[in-house]
Amino acid sequence: MSSTQITTGAICLAAVVALAFAPMIVDAYHLALAISLLQFTVLATAWGMFSGPTRYVSLATTAFFGVGAYTVAVLGEQLPWSLVLLIAAAIGAVMAVIVGLSTLRLSGVHFVIFTFGLAELVRQIVVWYEVNMTRVLGRYVFVDITQNDIYWQLLTLAVIVFGTGWLIARSRFGFALRIIGEDETVARHCGINVTIAKVALFTITATFMTLVGAIMAPRFTYIEPSIAFNATISFEVVIMALLGGAHRLWGPALGAIPLTLLFDFLSARFPSTSTLIMGVVFLLIVYALPSGVVGLWEKLKAWRPTASKMRGAQA
Amino acid sequence: MVSAVKRLAAGLLAVVGAASVGWDGAAEAQTSVKIGYAISRTGPAAGGAAVTTIPNYELWVKEVNAGGGLKLGDKRVPIEVVQYDDRSSAEEAAKALERLITQDKVDFILPPWGTGLNLAVGPILNKAGYPHIASTAVTDRAPELAKRWPNSFWLLGTSADAAKTLVELLVKLRTEGKIGDTVAMASIADGFGIDLSGAARPALTAAKFKLAYDKTYPVGTQDLSPIINEVKALNPDVFIAFSYPPDTIAITEQSRISGFNPKIFYTGVGTAFPLFKQKFGANAEGVMGIGGWNGDSPAIKDYLARHKASAANGAEPDRWASAVTYAGLQMLQQAIERVGKVDRAAVINDLQSGTFDTVIGKVKLENNMPTKYWWVGQWQDGEFYGVGPSGNEGARAPVVPKPAWKAQ
Repeated sequence: MSSTQITTGAICLAAVVALAFAPMIVDAYHLALAISLLQFTVLATAWGMFSGPTRYVSLATTAFFGVGAYTVAVLGEQLPWSLVLLIAAAIGAVMAVIVGLSTLRLSGVHFVIFTFGLAELVRQIVVWYEVNMTRVLGRYVFVDITQNDIYWQLLTLAVIVFGTGWLIARSRFGFALRIIGEDETVARHCGINVTIAKVALFTITATFMTLVGAIMAPRFTYIEPSIAFNATISFEVVIMALLGGAHRLWGPALGAIPLTLLFDFLSARFPSTSTLIMGVVFLLIVYALPSGVVGLWEKLKAWRPTASKMRGAQA
Repeated sequence: MVSAVKRLAAGLLAVVGAASVGWDGAAEAQTSVKIGYAISRTGPAAGGAAVTTIPNYELWVKEVNAGGGLKLGDKRVPIEVVQYDDRSSAEEAAKALERLITQDKVDFILPPWGTGLNLAVGPILNKAGYPHIASTAVTDRAPELAKRWPNSFWLLGTSADAAKTLVELLVKLRTEGKIGDTVAMASIADGFGIDLSGAARPALTAAKFKLAYDKTYPVGTQDLSPIINEVKALNPDVFIAFSYPPDTIAITEQSRISGFNPKIFYTGVGTAFPLFKQKFGANAEGVMGIGGWNGDSPAIKDYLARHKASAANGAEPDRWASAVTYAGLQMLQQAIERVGKVDRAAVINDLQSGTFDTVIGKVKLENNMPTKYWWVGQWQDGEFYGVGPSGNEGARAPVVPKPAWKAQ
């Protein structure tokens, strides 16, 4: 490890420790905002981890988020919390493997449509089960989890997500993924098992999304399919990741943070027209920043040295 | 790795930056009472909120301020409103309420619309010690919730009670020889339909009714004619649909078209809406549904007139939760004025123990819930009168059998 890496590692650690103390100083509203920020940061980063290298656009975020939330609704009051989280993660992973094996052969728009349908499919299965088997639709989540606990759990999850992304990028697996992203046929000829690599990555990231749903569930108190499987989450995550730039690990966070703050600002300042303004903002983003914040930053970085060189040449 | 540092730094800045913005709004002399609410102006809950909740909040604030404001001690203090759109999302509602409490520092909070959102904000209002007058939530766990959150008041009752009252009315009519004992029941596969059919099923069986049809249909079903045709073939005495507004309209319309006219025709949420009367006119006559009010009481007549005068386009209130919502506001007002200052704990105390004079009559809560509800209403002469429970003041006798559909 070089000294710069050690320094950045130390700074990261210090920042995480500082963030861990945030609940002690901020009030309930800012804690809620911080929870939103972490929630979307984790979701968008997990989304970008899969979609960045593979270039699949997945709208299944809410399917996994909802499964996590529902697992807590069903088991939350009966089992210890850590066990509930483990089961939620396991269910999410199993579901992701099944979905991944059956759909990652699809490409382009077919995959987008399938993942959008997946959320609705899972939701209808839950509705069917609750209507015909348990005969209750809304479930109550009364678990002993405070807002501070939710915040700390999300912070921990965020650290794990970034850690995982960092490790993947430096592993053989990450190298294989980059080749797949460039050209799948070439990857196959290099002897990479493309299907296994894609399914593995899909499963890892879907498990993170499931865990976010599980951790957030105690905030809802009351869960029914329309609340747990809210399609808006899927779209928001895609927009955030695209704004940030999905081809870098830290890109989606750069979209998630400003957009979450913007949504919050708009709903506070323009309560009756916030949705309208948001739509306009999205349009502006797509036109002004087609390759995201990361793309813009990289362009600036590439532009500056050239500009100075040119000036040097003139002089 | 640099990336992670930047992200965390950005997150930290965001939290700290946002926190520093919040340190204003120092305590000031009580020149106004700040009342906050987050309501669904967009999203799936917007329709219900627009009919039942928003017009009543606006009517109440307008009336109180026209009278000089809330009476605190010997002076009157106007109401100042802070409101947000919860976009029909539980997370958004929770965040908006936390903003109202810690940023806007409102004195009181009015509840959101619907069962799910009221449950979602319950813990927040409880923790912050605000009275929570849930006037549009029907949940079987209301008694338990009232114990868990002593600051919460559940004015609309439980679905088990709704189903029980309906079955009691059916038993009474059967004893009088007005109906036989075949019942057909269709319910929407969503919270309300599942809860009500779940409570009605055992109650009907216990009362020895023959349940000839008992099926659910998914939310958003457009074509309900297969259900109506199947039910019509069974020729039941009683048809019960635990439905939501769009399907309440569709079921009624389809029954009219196919001439399905059982002795008792009961539909769910939406039957009590003014829209139902507008759509079916004279054909609404005799249709029963959930809700109802004492349409002959001067207080209700006066409320109806004021609501029409105040609401946009002269909209009428619905005949179920609207009046209850308004009564909840009157209760809050009376509790605040009796306490005489912004003392939320004392106001909660007064709501628990006091007696209130409201548009729905005298209300005294027991275990944070009213003792009387209207559960069965019926359209009679263009008004949706309460017919059950029959012991309620102003209960009309039900018109059975339902008159035939008229050609339109």
